[in-house]
Amino acid sequence: MSRNGAAFYLTVLVGGLIFGFGLAYSHMARPEVVLNFLQFDDLGLLFVMGGAAVVSGVAFAVATRLRGRAPLTGEEYVRRLKSFDRNVVAGGAIFGVGWGVSGICPGAAYASVGIGNWPILWAIGGMFLGAYAQGYLRSQLTDASAGPTAAD
Amino acid sequence: MIGPELFPNGIARYAIGGALIGGGVAFIYLSTGIIAGASTFLESTLSYVSSVPRFNRGSYVASRDWRVVFTLGIVLGAAVYAVGWQGGAWTTDVQWWRLLGGGVLVGVGTRLGKGCTSGHGVCGVGSMSRTSLVNVATFMAIAIGTAQLVQALGVTP
Repeated sequence: MSRNGAAFYLTVLVGGLIFGFGLAYSHMARPEVVLNFLQFDDLGLLFVMGGAAVVSGVAFAVATRLRGRAPLTGEEYVRRLKSFDRNVVAGGAIFGVGWGVSGICPGAAYASVGIGNWPILWAIGGMFLGAYAQGYLRSQLTDASAGPTAAD
Repeated sequence: MIGPELFPNGIARYAIGGALIGGGVAFIYLSTGIIAGASTFLESTLSYVSSVPRFNRGSYVASRDWRVVFTLGIVLGAAVYAVGWQGGAWTTDVQWWRLLGGGVLVGVGTRLGKGCTSGHGVCGVGSMSRTSLVNVATFMAIAIGTAQLVQALGVTP
């Protein structure tokens, strides 16, 4: 058992389908709905994020307590716990500016393609550009600090 | 204005949609043990075409295939809604330069900050992770301030 095979990929696809349908059904795939929330015109988005966190939180809590293993992969159930450092705050702040300017976040952007919102390709192109820029710079910085020779 | 309408569109579609988003995460998690966030796809997919070391970390290369499938599923699921419920395509009125510029910042910020609205906001909060709670509080506060500023500058929608 591992992360391969038709059943594994079919499961991920179906999970993505439910996830994307939910983003469209909730209207979070529309930037205007996110902006309406951030500008306090309609606070419904609280129920989208809250509802999603509650449902996934119940799954995490139950599965980790039962101490079983995932049927398709044999993997142990763990919670999503990331280490804390100042990047968590800096990254969150930069993301916040981008979300406030555009009303779009990664998952909602993918779903936005599905609802026919072709201008969202500007945002997805921008996300790849931003992800590339930070990855490139951070790799350079790591090389510079780890390597014995000076950077050219 | 007195007595602002907090939920002019009700809450049903928001709560049902949110439960489905969590349901998709839970389905993948219970079946495979994988906690699926949406923004790692941006970096893991770059490993197909870039030799930058950060994108070719073992965890990205190992997960890049299923992340592509997950993202395709998100697009297809939303398309099902568009065909069955929305009555065709819907397009935004947000200007292209806001989508592009905001997208760049989202790409930088979600990767630097180790997650996005789904990774931190749904999965991390669902895990009661303090790191995620701090990240979500940060991006929420900054996004509200930014969006209000955009509105105050007369830029719509």
